[in-house]
Amino acid sequence: MAKTHLDRGTGGLTQKSKRYSIFSLARNAASYHQNWQQAWRHAEPKPAYDAVIIGGGGHGLATAYYLASVHGITNIALIEKGWLGGGNTGRNTTIIRSNYMWDESAGIYEHALKLWEGLSQDLNFNVMFSQRGVLTIIHSEHELKEMSRRVHAIRLNGIDSEILSPTEIKKMVPTINIDPNIRYPVMGGFIQKRGGTARHDAVAWGYARAADDLGVDIIQNCEVTGLRRTGKQITGIETTKGFIKTQKVGCVVAGHSSVLADMANIRLPIASRPLQALVSEPIKPILDTVIMSNAVHMYLSQSDKGEMVLGAGVDKYNSYAQSGSWPIPEHMIAAAVELFPFLSRLRMLRHWGGIVDTCPDASPIISKTDINGLYFNCGWGTGGFKSTPGSGHVFADLIANDRPNSIALPYSLKRFETGYLIDEHGAAGVAH
Amino acid sequence: MLKIECPFCGNRNETEFSCGGEAHIARPLAENKITDLAFSEYLFMRDNPKGVFLERWCHTSGCRRWFNMARDTVSHEIIEIYAMGQKPKTAIGKKAFLSNWRRKSKAETASTPIKRTAK
Repeated sequence: MAKTHLDRGTGGLTQKSKRYSIFSLARNAASYHQNWQQAWRHAEPKPAYDAVIIGGGGHGLATAYYLASVHGITNIALIEKGWLGGGNTGRNTTIIRSNYMWDESAGIYEHALKLWEGLSQDLNFNVMFSQRGVLTIIHSEHELKEMSRRVHAIRLNGIDSEILSPTEIKKMVPTINIDPNIRYPVMGGFIQKRGGTARHDAVAWGYARAADDLGVDIIQNCEVTGLRRTGKQITGIETTKGFIKTQKVGCVVAGHSSVLADMANIRLPIASRPLQALVSEPIKPILDTVIMSNAVHMYLSQSDKGEMVLGAGVDKYNSYAQSGSWPIPEHMIAAAVELFPFLSRLRMLRHWGGIVDTCPDASPIISKTDINGLYFNCGWGTGGFKSTPGSGHVFADLIANDRPNSIALPYSLKRFETGYLIDEHGAAGVAH
Repeated sequence: MLKIECPFCGNRNETEFSCGGEAHIARPLAENKITDLAFSEYLFMRDNPKGVFLERWCHTSGCRRWFNMARDTVSHEIIEIYAMGQKPKTAIGKKAFLSNWRRKSKAETASTPIKRTAK
């Protein structure tokens, strides 16, 4: 596993008067919460910046924050087509874990998990990171054998992972059905206790507020319409709010990566697919961990509001419509109801799809391109949320130094030429 | 749920089909003459348009035969279904075919059959 020094940046909010604390809460309670300061400015684009980040999701905001806080590059803009965190950041099931098998994956996902631990303090914003454990359940003999290989590989990389028997799982999750005669019987499982969930909106808002505090201009409702270049050097971006001059552009737009790449005449191995999720009406606390099943393509957790959050698999054909195909959640719900019979009595309140950028090897692309000053961070597919801090951290490093660090190096676009793929379909493919 | 008109079996539900991804990717025949980079265009790089997409489908739970489809990736409207080995016939389909970057790629140029001289 790659080891690099973890520089968490300046941390917190530099403007002490704006920090959130028990005292600011008490002070604002006295004025009936009417005088809270704005979390970030409504910036209009300046004519030129040192760097521009396209995409105001978690990854883009984290990139902007770490560029400013770790690398001291503060004359930067973040351009977002809609509103902050309105894409996949607001559409995922918020699961965080780092139990991946390959060394390269362990490098980036564990880097992210270490940043998650302490992120609320770094940002002076409660991202509600809850290390409630991520329990993956196993349904077949083959999966059981594959699991022990995987768990041992994960542990060799210094990442916590424990094998559980069906009775131990039943003890931990009393609502689960461990009858051996169901369609997907529980034959065992493994848990990463340091894994868990976080509040997705808070992650976007926390990074936005901290980045803004360091001087980053956050520009919403501004769509990129073209990339301008002179020869092999990027010179700026065309947007709906006019031309912005810059020598460095970082693209972090997930499902729309191919659309941006087309503007620069660059090829990506990305297929954009919908990934669906749904939430139930809120109920009393019943599940205090995260359940995942790769065979069913299901994830299940309970939000702090009490809603049961269910995630399904990825659709089988390309789409940019943020809805998804019905048979996918239908299959997942059928298996989920059998595993957790109490779910059958719940009414589902919301259902949605997010457009994920899937890569042939189910691993991300964090890379320079043939055009100087143009960088891409994409291909996170179904597993983007968990890596938000790590992705932003290494991408900021790549943009600032114009060379990948040891964590980002394996994720170059070059791997599709050399054949050095990081095949994580086993970890996941779907239940990433 | 898409309703797909299989050219052999008629109108069926999407669940009976599997999608085979981008259509009209020709394997470079002169693969020893192109670089790894050009070969990776054939192997990994994919067209991923927001709009009309030409893709292959197979009626997996039916006749198990393949066909091509021109479909809009935003509205999911099926514009055209045409046979394997054929090119799209509608104006929208033709435009999508010709404007694809692959038509000018090194991998595709290297896919034209090598002319053999008669003995």
